[in-house]
Amino acid sequence: MTQPETETVETDVLILGGGMAGCGAAFEAAQWAKAKGLRVIIVEKAVIERSGAVAMGLSAINCYMGMRWNQNKPEDFVHYVRNDLMGLSREDLVYDIARHVDSSVHMFEDWGLPIFKNPDGTYKREGRWQIMIHGESYKPIVAEAARSAVGENNVYERIFAARLLLDSKVPNRIAGAIGFSVRDNKIYVFKAKAVISSAGGATGVFRPHAHAEGLGRIWYAPWNTGSVYSLMIQAGARMTQMEHRLVVARFKDGYGPVGMWFLLFKALFKNAKGELVEDKWANLLNEWAPYGTNKPIPTPLRNHQMLTDFRAGGGPFYLRTDEALQRMFMEAQNDPKKIREIESEAWEDFLDMTMSQALIWASDNIDPAKTPTEVVLTEPYLMGSHASGVGAWVSGPEDVAPKEYFWGYNRMTTVNGLFAAGDGVGGSAHKFSSGSYTEGRLAGKAAVAYVLDQGTSPNIDQDQVEAIKVELWKPFENYEKGKGSSTRDDINPNYIYPKMALHRLQKIMDEYVAGLGSQFITTEAMLLKGLERLQVFKEDLQHLAARDLHDLLRCWEVWDRVWCSDAHIRHMLFRQETRWPGYYYRADYPKMDEQNWKVFTNSRYDAKTGEWHLQKIPFLTNFA
Amino acid sequence: MPTYVNPNKCDGCKALDRPACHHICPTDLMVLDKALGKAYNQEPDQCWECYACVKVCPQTAIDMRGYADVVPLGASLTPLRGTDSIMWTVKFRDGQTKRFKYPIRTTQWGSIDPGKYALPPTPEDIKSQMLCGEPKWLMVDQLPVISSKLNKRGE
Ligand SMILES: Cc1cc2nc3c(=O)[nH]c(=O)nc-3n(C[C@H](O)[C@H](O)[C@H](O)COP(=O)(O)OP(=O)(O)OC[C@H]3O[C@@H](n4cnc5c(N)ncnc54)[C@H](O)[C@@H]3O)c2cc1C
Ligand code: SF4
Ligand code: SF4
Repeated sequence: MTQPETETVETDVLILGGGMAGCGAAFEAAQWAKAKGLRVIIVEKAVIERSGAVAMGLSAINCYMGMRWNQNKPEDFVHYVRNDLMGLSREDLVYDIARHVDSSVHMFEDWGLPIFKNPDGTYKREGRWQIMIHGESYKPIVAEAARSAVGENNVYERIFAARLLLDSKVPNRIAGAIGFSVRDNKIYVFKAKAVISSAGGATGVFRPHAHAEGLGRIWYAPWNTGSVYSLMIQAGARMTQMEHRLVVARFKDGYGPVGMWFLLFKALFKNAKGELVEDKWANLLNEWAPYGTNKPIPTPLRNHQMLTDFRAGGGPFYLRTDEALQRMFMEAQNDPKKIREIESEAWEDFLDMTMSQALIWASDNIDPAKTPTEVVLTEPYLMGSHASGVGAWVSGPEDVAPKEYFWGYNRMTTVNGLFAAGDGVGGSAHKFSSGSYTEGRLAGKAAVAYVLDQGTSPNIDQDQVEAIKVELWKPFENYEKGKGSSTRDDINPNYIYPKMALHRLQKIMDEYVAGLGSQFITTEAMLLKGLERLQVFKEDLQHLAARDLHDLLRCWEVWDRVWCSDAHIRHMLFRQETRWPGYYYRADYPKMDEQNWKVFTNSRYDAKTGEWHLQKIPFLTNFA
Repeated sequence: MPTYVNPNKCDGCKALDRPACHHICPTDLMVLDKALGKAYNQEPDQCWECYACVKVCPQTAIDMRGYADVVPLGASLTPLRGTDSIMWTVKFRDGQTKRFKYPIRTTQWGSIDPGKYALPPTPEDIKSQMLCGEPKWLMVDQLPVISSKLNKRGE
C-alpha cells in the first residue's frame, strides 16, 4: 500500500461511533448547536443505518419507565440496578438515564417505530422495565433522525477511529481524533473542541463457544471491538470497574436472548432432570446477602446457580419453551387464531433481533411448542450498557451527583472536552438501547455547553500526527518487508496476520483470565501469568501484517481488544474479592467483602511512563 | 454463520453506483470479485448473520448456510423486506415451512423532522437539565428531580 493521502476536518463536536449512543448524541447536539452555528459530525466505521449492536434490529426496548402512566419512578430503577450490580453502581448516572429515557422512547414512536400496545393504549410490557417493539428497523429509524439532524455532509462513514488527539499546548484537553478510511487509502485528522466517545463495547476478547466458521456468531456484535475503551485509556482518561464483565445465559449456539421467554412467557429454566435450578440452589443466595436475598435475583447469581448445578451433574439446561407455549395455548382454549398469534410472537422475538437462533430451530427441526431449547452461558463481554459496568469514569449531572462525582459537565471524562456515552460509560448499567441513546443525548448537550464555554481552537502537534500515521500504516510495511521469506503467505517467520493474533489473544484470556475454558475461575497467580503472556504478545503485535485495508482494520481491532484485556486483567487483580460469582470467581478470594471492597476501582494509564495506576474510589450515593 | 451468494442471481449491482451488500455490511465482509462481477463474503467466520446484506440485495441473491462447525444442513430463513413490513419464510430441515409477517415502520421513510423537537436554545436552557423536547416528550408535567438527598453534593 502506498502512503495514504491525508484530509483534515475541523468541527466543534466530534462523535466517534454512530450506534445508539452516537445517534442520540448527534440528534441532541445538533439541536443545540444549530442556533450557535456550531458543527457536529459523526465518524462511523460502518454505515449508521446498520451499525452497532442494533444492526439486526431488536424485539424489545429494555429501559422504559412509563412515568406518564405512573408505572415506575426513576428512584425505583435506581434500586433495581443497585441490587442487580451487587451494590456498585453510579446511582447519579443511573437516575439521570431513568428520568430522561421516556422522552427518547416517545420520540422513537413518533418517528415510526412500531410499539406493541395493550387494549388500554399503554405499551405492552415484557417485564417491569421492558416494552415490546416490532424493531426490525429500529436502527435505520434512529439513524434517519441522526443523519437528518447533523446533515448528510457531517456523517463520515467507513472510517475507523484509531486514536484520540490531545491538545499540544493545554494539558489534559482533547483536540480531536485520527481515523483511517476502510475504503480509500486515506487518513483523516479530525480537529475538534469536544469529542464524544460512543464506539460500543468489546467482544472477541474471550474465546467463544464456536471456534471455526461460527467464530463471529456470538451474542454481542462482533464489530464492537473495544475501541471505545482503548481510545480513552490511551488518552489517559480514568476508567472504572473494568473488571465488571458481562456473562449471560443465552440459547445455545445461536445466542438468542432469553428475556421474552423468561419474563413474558414465564418459561421455566430447568436442568436435565427437570429440576428448577433457581429453587434447587436457593440457599446459595444467602452467601451474597443483602443482594442475593432481594428479588429479582441478580444476573450474576443466576449464573452462579447454573454453574453450581452443572458441577453437580445437572446439565444440559433447558428453557422449557414447550411447557410455556402449551400452557399459553391452553389458556387461549386452543383457539387456532390465538395460537397463531402466540406462535408469531414467539418467533418474532428472534426474527427481529437474532435471526440465527430461528435458523438453528429450523436446522434442528425444533418446534419450540414441542421441544425445549438448550441454554448455556456466553463467554465474557466488556460492556457498560447491560448488566455490567465497565467504562469511563464520568462526571454526573450537577443536580444529582455527589460533589465528588461532579466536575463541570455531565458525562465528561477526566480528560477535558472528552465525553462518553452508552457502553463507554462505566458504573451505570442497564441502559440498553434506549438508555444508551439517552446517555448520548445527555453527552451531546453537555458537549455543546462545553464548546460554548471553552470554545478555543485546539492545538495539534503536527509531528505527533505524522508519527501516528506512520504507526497506523506499519502493518503494510511489515507485510511488504516480510513476504519474501516463505512460499506460503500466511506462515511466515516475520509477521502474523490479525486472525491468528485474535486467536492468540482469545486463548490467553480464555485460559488465564476466567473464560469459558476455565469455567470463569481465576487467581492472582493465573492473572499474573496471563498478564505476562499478554506483554510478550504485545511485542509480537509489532509484527502484525496487512495486505489490504480490510486487514488493516482487523489489525487495529485486535489492538483495541488487547488494550481492553490489559485493563480487564489489572482491575481483576486489584479487586481482591468475588463480588459477581457467575461472572468470574477469584478462587483465592472466594467471598464478597463489603468491608473493604464496596468501592469503585479506577485506573489510569500514563502514556508517558507506560504505567497503570489503580485506586479505590468511595461509593457515594444520594439515594436511600 | 456465513452468507453465500448465488452466482446465477447476483449481477454485481451494475445498475447502482456501488454494490448494495458491500455498502451495508457492518463489518466489511461483502466484496465484489472484480473478474467475475459477483459478490462474495471475504471473511465468513466474522459474519454475525445479521441479514443486513440479505435484506438489501436487489436480486435476492444472498442466503445463509448455518455455520458448518455447529449447524445441520438443509434449513433456510428468507426475508422479504418492504417499506412498512417484513415477511420471513422459515424452511425446516425436514421440509416444513412457516411464514411470518411483521410491521417495521408506521411512518414514511424520510419523514422525520428533528427540528420539530427543538427548544429555543437560550443560554439558560443549555445549562438546565432539560433535553430538547422536554418536558413535552416525557409526557409528564416536569422532569423529575431527586427527592432523597442523603449526602447531596457532600454537604
Ligand atoms: C443480540 C442483542 C440483543 C439485545 N437486546 C436488547 C433489547 O431487547 N433491548 C434493548 O434495549 N437493548 C438490547 N440490546 C443492547 C443494546 O443493543 C445496546 O445496549 C446498545 O446498542 C449500546 O449502545 P452503544 O451506542 O453503546 O453501542 P452500539 O449501538 O453498538 O454502537 C457502537 C457504534 O460504534 C461503532 N464503532 C465501533 N468502533 C468504532 C471505531 N473504532 N471507529 C468508528 N466507529 C466505531 C460501531 O460500528 C457502532 O455503530 C441487545 C444487544 C444485542 C447484541
Ligand atoms: S447486493 Fe446482491 S446483486 Fe448486489 S452485489 Fe451484492 S449479492 Fe450481488
Ligand atoms: S449477514 Fe451481516 S455480517 Fe454477515 S455478511 Fe451480511 S451484512 Fe455482513
